[in-house]
Amino acid sequence: MIASAFEYHKPDTVDGVISLLSKWGDDARVVAGGHSLIPVMKQRMTDISHLIDLGGISELKGVSIDGDTITIGAMTTQHELATDEALAEAAPLIREASLQIADPQVRYMGTIGGNVANGDPANDMPGLMQTLDATYHLTGPAGKREVKARDFYEAAYFTAREDEEILTAISFAKPSGGFAYEKQKRKIGDYATAAAGVMITIVGGTCTAASVALTNLSDTPVYCGAAVDALVGSSLDDTTIKVAVAAAVDASDPVADTRGPVDFKKYVAGVIVKKAITSALARA
Amino acid sequence: MNESIPPKEERMAALSGLGTSRKRVEDARFTQGKGNYVDDMKMPGMLFGDFVRSPYAHARIKSINTEAALSLPGVHAVLTAADLEPLGLHWMPTLAGDKQMVLADGKVLFQGQEVAYVVADDRYVADDGIQAVMVEYEELPVLVDPFKAELNDAPVLREDIADQSEGAHGPRRHPNHIFTWESGDRAATESVLSEAEVMAEEMVYYHRTHPCPLETCGCVASMDKVNGKLTVWGTFQAPHAVRTVASLISGIAEHNIRIVSPDIGGGFGNKVGVYPGYICAIVASIVTGVPVKWVEDRMDNLMATAFARDYWMQGKISATKEGKITGLWCHTTADHGAFDACADPTKFPAGFMNICTGSYDIPTAYLAVDGIYTNKAPGGVAYRCSFRVTEAAYFIERMIEVLAIKLGMDAADLRAKNFIRKDQFPYQSALGWEYDSGDYHTSWNKALAAVDYQGLRAEQAERLAAFGRGETRKLIGIGLSHFTEIVGAGPVKNCDILGLGMFDSCEIRIHPTGSAIARLGTISQGQGHATTFAQILASEIGIPAEDITLEEGDTDTAPYGLGTYGSRSTPVAGAATAMAGRKIRAKAQMIAAYLLEVHDNDVEWDVDRFSVKGAPERFKTMKEIAFASYNQAIPGVEPGLEAVSYYDPPNMTYPFGAYVCVMEIDVDTGTTEIRQFYALDDCGTRINPMIIEGQVHGGLTEALAIALGQEIAYDDQGNVTTGTLMDFFMPTAWETPNYQTDFTETPSPHHPIGAKGVGESPNVGGVPAFSNAVHDAFKSFGLTQSHMPHDHWRIWKIANSLGLHD
Repeated sequence: MIASAFEYHKPDTVDGVISLLSKWGDDARVVAGGHSLIPVMKQRMTDISHLIDLGGISELKGVSIDGDTITIGAMTTQHELATDEALAEAAPLIREASLQIADPQVRYMGTIGGNVANGDPANDMPGLMQTLDATYHLTGPAGKREVKARDFYEAAYFTAREDEEILTAISFAKPSGGFAYEKQKRKIGDYATAAAGVMITIVGGTCTAASVALTNLSDTPVYCGAAVDALVGSSLDDTTIKVAVAAAVDASDPVADTRGPVDFKKYVAGVIVKKAITSALARA
Repeated sequence: MNESIPPKEERMAALSGLGTSRKRVEDARFTQGKGNYVDDMKMPGMLFGDFVRSPYAHARIKSINTEAALSLPGVHAVLTAADLEPLGLHWMPTLAGDKQMVLADGKVLFQGQEVAYVVADDRYVADDGIQAVMVEYEELPVLVDPFKAELNDAPVLREDIADQSEGAHGPRRHPNHIFTWESGDRAATESVLSEAEVMAEEMVYYHRTHPCPLETCGCVASMDKVNGKLTVWGTFQAPHAVRTVASLISGIAEHNIRIVSPDIGGGFGNKVGVYPGYICAIVASIVTGVPVKWVEDRMDNLMATAFARDYWMQGKISATKEGKITGLWCHTTADHGAFDACADPTKFPAGFMNICTGSYDIPTAYLAVDGIYTNKAPGGVAYRCSFRVTEAAYFIERMIEVLAIKLGMDAADLRAKNFIRKDQFPYQSALGWEYDSGDYHTSWNKALAAVDYQGLRAEQAERLAAFGRGETRKLIGIGLSHFTEIVGAGPVKNCDILGLGMFDSCEIRIHPTGSAIARLGTISQGQGHATTFAQILASEIGIPAEDITLEEGDTDTAPYGLGTYGSRSTPVAGAATAMAGRKIRAKAQMIAAYLLEVHDNDVEWDVDRFSVKGAPERFKTMKEIAFASYNQAIPGVEPGLEAVSYYDPPNMTYPFGAYVCVMEIDVDTGTTEIRQFYALDDCGTRINPMIIEGQVHGGLTEALAIALGQEIAYDDQGNVTTGTLMDFFMPTAWETPNYQTDFTETPSPHHPIGAKGVGESPNVGGVPAFSNAVHDAFKSFGLTQSHMPHDHWRIWKIANSLGLHD
């Protein structure tokens, strides 16, 4: 459980990172909080010659709320997300989800950028970003570009990010309406057995907008379009919710692991989605 | 003349003796990070050794190429079985009479097995060396299911002993069969069962888990070639036994070996055995001439050093229609993994599994245990219990519940109906033990009253009705457990390990100014021996506990003892401490009498002094006596004040307890919440109530872990699927419920101070309480038995199979 030797770089600008990535190519990796990468290096499941620490780049840190748009720097920690009062006011769903990630020690180090960019379907933030319909901001040798969170994930650990790009920030429209992030886990520090992020807007008794997404129930985070279709336009009666839950479960594709077999996970997914919808509805 | 004598109570309080909740003297250093553990040790020139481990559960080794590793800067040596063979150290004896490969000799038999040992400048370079060792494997068919071990097409695991029809514990009927061990009367039991009015039968599985102490196993070995002396600092629960074993297998004279256990960060049975890491570090130190350290990482610890349990217990229990138990039968298939490395007294290959009649007066019983080899890590240690006692307690406490269902009786009533009565002690059990003391009805009634058992049952019935009406998806489970332990191994006449009798020892020296040092043959791993043994001594010799230093773990200074495991420290070394204290007091009495110019029999003990009978104002305190022993020429009395006692206990001790767990279970998610946990422990005389409470909290938390999720699981290729703390459940404060502790006090009649041991009771009694709560919640839907661990998905499966989901 010791990583092989590597060169450690700590540039202080994004450009510095890009030039290192361009120089070392596949031999280099960026590290944010390190919770995913370092264990893999220690188990020697990956061999990295150049580790580029993003911790020295001040432009990657912090939360800004500009009118209706919320932008969060990639190196903002989960602890900061959970304790930022302005963010909690503007988007309380972020705090609710952040506090369900791992444990306080992990949250002091773990960052939102690392969480979403790694492409691990077990991470909570990618699912949440589906719910929020967030936009990811990438910078590479060819300059800057934006990718919708819902278009970012291709398969487990495979994303739309190019090897020489880094994710610098995420942004999303200030959410409105009711919200919930529900998660079942075996213990503190664990990944989700099943988790769901839900947003619901109600106008005059009718659901005018909704969003439903799942964490760790497929090899990518899952945005549940069919579930949203069921909810929007309805009065959110029990039958509708049942249909939406069934649609979300249908969109899941979990694999068996030590958390349990597939039939169990699908069943719990239904329970968790229903809980999240019910909770979001109560806050709408 | 002595003027004012403080009142007796005041003087007793000043001693902090028996019954005092004295704060742990160890904690000042532990809570400040000032402990001294093996991995804290740094020595000049010290190297680090680490293992190349097998990725396969069963494979032949075709070649090992160490060239690339040896060419790395900083790698000093790479040891393989071929290097150890000339020394006769490529295999080592196990504590269970089997032998175990130190380094893979031609084949590997479990994933994580030690294949080669890389010695390097530090652990970083050692890991580079490990990656550079090239091992060519040829995979072999894997055996993970012990019930398939004796099928015709089963692979033969232990080719080294395949043709041996006799093992360390009698005949072997198949190359993958280790032993059959029997206890009780088979014919009589089968006859009782066949004629029974009511009979219940069930397979009770106690899954494979792991002690997983906070500190993993490790050592630093240092061979001083100038004076020929080998010193090994290590995580040893039995340092003296390790010294003797090390001498026997290495050929180094025992006086030239010094074993030291420094601070140990938890053992729970994991640190009783002898591991390849110790042997390799010793050999590497001899080869390189410098100290060599080996410390496992967490994955090594979970995968390779001793596991616990893995007992498949097929049970039958019979009773009259009125619920009086008439017979108990048990056949256990014991999965031992690739080598039989259980740490049991030699004559007990299945430990004290034959305490499985529990707290009940069962007239006829029979137990058979078959040990089986599989492609899993070796072990089978007593994880926070006496040898196989948790297995026994879980078995009987499940069988009682199964029988209650069959009888349609309340399980609390069934227990009460069958408890051994107070007037039956000492009680001879059908499987051969003499229970020293107990008062089960009192503990049981106290427990049921404390939790308002009838009220709980009424609430449970209401909840069930609400569940039926669709108003809730949560059920209530009430988990009962009344356990009896057997600890304090043990009488030399029937308990030994590798021929070493399981006595223990204490040596006391009183200093001239009236303070003292006591050394014991045991070794604390967090139990607080330096606190509690000083309390025993304080009460015996009238010197304040704070003036008594306790020392353990250095074989050059401590008297010989068999170490700390199986709750044996208080029953055996605690007794030795009291007995050595009494020798001190006997000599002190002679000195006091001389000083007071009266006959020996004319003085009497008074808390911290001897007084002249009838003239309490004439006395000599222990402090005065201590000084006199060093500066007075007393006719017929040797100078100094020292004593040593080696204590061979006349019997085991039998702690017991009554536990009740109230659990809320969500049938849709399989999640559980412990709403209440009441634990009544009777450990005889209570030395330090605060430490007892801490022990109960810790043991219950390990029991919670085991019952609700902690397991070492293998897939069908023998890969460990729970090799990290992400998947191996270690509860944090978040998962740990609040515990209500309580006690009764039934002293052991044969122990000098009546103490019985408590550290392991909560694990023994806790697991059935948690598990029974899960079973109880689903009882009314037809569940009789479901295997642990009761994690979310397994509980969900129960609900699902009972038709409780849409």
